[in-house]
Amino acid sequence: MRKTLFALAASTAVLFSAGALAQEKTKACFIYVGPIGDFGWSYQHDQGRLEVEEALGDAVETSYLESVPEGADAERALERLALSGCDIIFTTSFGYMDATNKVAAKFPDIKFEHATGYKREHANVATYNSKFHEGRYVQGVIAASLSKAGVAGYIASFPIPEVVMGINAFVLGAQSVNPDFKVKVVWANTWFDPGKEADAAKALIDQGVDIITQHTDSTGPMQVASERGIKAFGQASDMIKFGPETQLTSIVDDWGPYYVERVKAVHEGTWEQVDVWAGMKEGHVVMAPYTNMPDDVKKLAEETEAKIKSGEFDPFTGPIKKQDGTEWLAEGEVADPGVLLGLNFYVEGVDDKLPQ
Amino acid sequence: MFEDILITIATAATPLLIAAIGELVVERSGVLNLGVEGMMIMGAVTGFGVAWTTGSPWLGVFAAIAVGILFSLLFGFLTLTLVTNQVATGLALTLLGLGLSGMIGENFVGLPGVKLTAIYIPVLTDIPYVGRLFFGQDPLFYVSVALVAAVSYFLFYSKAGLTLRSVGDNHGSAHALGIKVIAIRYLAVMFGGACAGLAGAYLSLVYVPQWVENMSAGRGWIALALVVFASWRPWRVLTGAYLFGAVSIGQLHAQALGIGVPSQLLSSLPYLATVVVLVLISRNKRLTLVNTPASLGQPFVPDR
Repeated sequence: MRKTLFALAASTAVLFSAGALAQEKTKACFIYVGPIGDFGWSYQHDQGRLEVEEALGDAVETSYLESVPEGADAERALERLALSGCDIIFTTSFGYMDATNKVAAKFPDIKFEHATGYKREHANVATYNSKFHEGRYVQGVIAASLSKAGVAGYIASFPIPEVVMGINAFVLGAQSVNPDFKVKVVWANTWFDPGKEADAAKALIDQGVDIITQHTDSTGPMQVASERGIKAFGQASDMIKFGPETQLTSIVDDWGPYYVERVKAVHEGTWEQVDVWAGMKEGHVVMAPYTNMPDDVKKLAEETEAKIKSGEFDPFTGPIKKQDGTEWLAEGEVADPGVLLGLNFYVEGVDDKLPQ
Repeated sequence: MFEDILITIATAATPLLIAAIGELVVERSGVLNLGVEGMMIMGAVTGFGVAWTTGSPWLGVFAAIAVGILFSLLFGFLTLTLVTNQVATGLALTLLGLGLSGMIGENFVGLPGVKLTAIYIPVLTDIPYVGRLFFGQDPLFYVSVALVAAVSYFLFYSKAGLTLRSVGDNHGSAHALGIKVIAIRYLAVMFGGACAGLAGAYLSLVYVPQWVENMSAGRGWIALALVVFASWRPWRVLTGAYLFGAVSIGQLHAQALGIGVPSQLLSSLPYLATVVVLVLISRNKRLTLVNTPASLGQPFVPDR
């Protein structure tokens, strides 16, 4: 242990004192909440890791820990990674937030990057996130254009700002087409349980929704939608193979470019604390091809996407009312990013009570 | 719609039921195998892999059963022949299964699976409201119910079943009577493995026809709890599995209806229900004692 620590101290010392002279390999480590084979959230992060290896070649080595539960376990796993000689550690789930900051305090020479969180308690902690809600808005537009029932089912994981933001953006997108559109929300209280997610999809379909969207990580709901002959949206990765005639589009998380940039910065000694929140414009959020819909809906979806991409339109632009009918954003007002990242209320039109 | 809900409940309950009925026989013989989750996930990956490669879901089912048996034999060899600690070995089996299945299944991730299709009997399946529920489900649903009936008959109405229970209740006496304790326990463990493998195949071929790591998501542990919940009685395992299924599906419907009860509370309902029933059952001490295999989890070394 002492040897590793020494080696670690030495290598980081070389890296930072000598700056550009650093010729040592940079070790980038990743910690995932699910298995890399979930074909969703963790899978996409791992694709990003592979991109780092490909882009930086011999300059880096990477390692990862998968299926690490959020909470106390995460802290131990992070310490283990820190002691194994990582120079930069990406913690890729919201629930790792406190563990990341706690461990970062003990290892000031290691850079920590926490995905989807907002706490940067130490100089060596950066946060990064993607504006998935931009994609959700486009999905809402498509859902309202296609749904005959006028109600969509939303399978959600945990009531964290990230997820609430997604639900709100979906509803706003849908209401831009059909002001009376409703969304039924079911909380699975898990990120990953194909069986339970499938059950949730069945329950929603039995209650009359004809479009399913999800903020959980497996392809279970897509398969159920396909069996029952309704349409659905994929999550995190392109799930078209699981519903060739079902998937309308999917929000694809592309973490690669960011990971490459950040690991490179560590290697060159130019890493700085940041708070990145990038979306469609920067290429972090990509929509899978629009399929299984008529041309006019496809055109509308593409136009919406283009408007968001160019920065001409933000999904959270007023007038928007909260669920209880009070005003949130006035005409033309754009939501403050800080408020969004801590979002804990629904907008009008969500048929659910937000768990607190 | 009501029929659809009942079928959804049956789908949620069946894998639990199959795995639990297997473990019930294992525990009745006096062996505690905590490796159900591991054998289940191995069954799931094998079932998926074989079905996908050959295109035949039935081959997948049989392969899953075979792998379940193989895995349980490993457990049997360690705990029965080498007399290792059953709890530790079972846990190790679960960890091994979860890891190994992830490795084997690496190439199967992201492939749409082959589904074991539901049966269809002309006329009967088309009966409104109940046709599909009774005559139009997947074949393994019927297997699961048949298994419960068969195990119940075997344990309480056959000589072999009596022998097995005697081994589980007092292996010393059974041995003195000339019963081959170890051999019987091997058979019981293998039956448990076969059932766990089958339950795994159900997950990856019927429930959600796909393979993803860790897709059993703790169902093996619930099956283990169900055995205790049922106080080692086969038909109570069926009741327990369906109760659990009904509450877990019911809470999703309650949420979709938007009744305004916190979802965290609803999600914990199946587990709360289990705890409540366990408490009610354990109030009757005599009944519990009569049904609990007295030698459960105790190692047996014959004094030659």
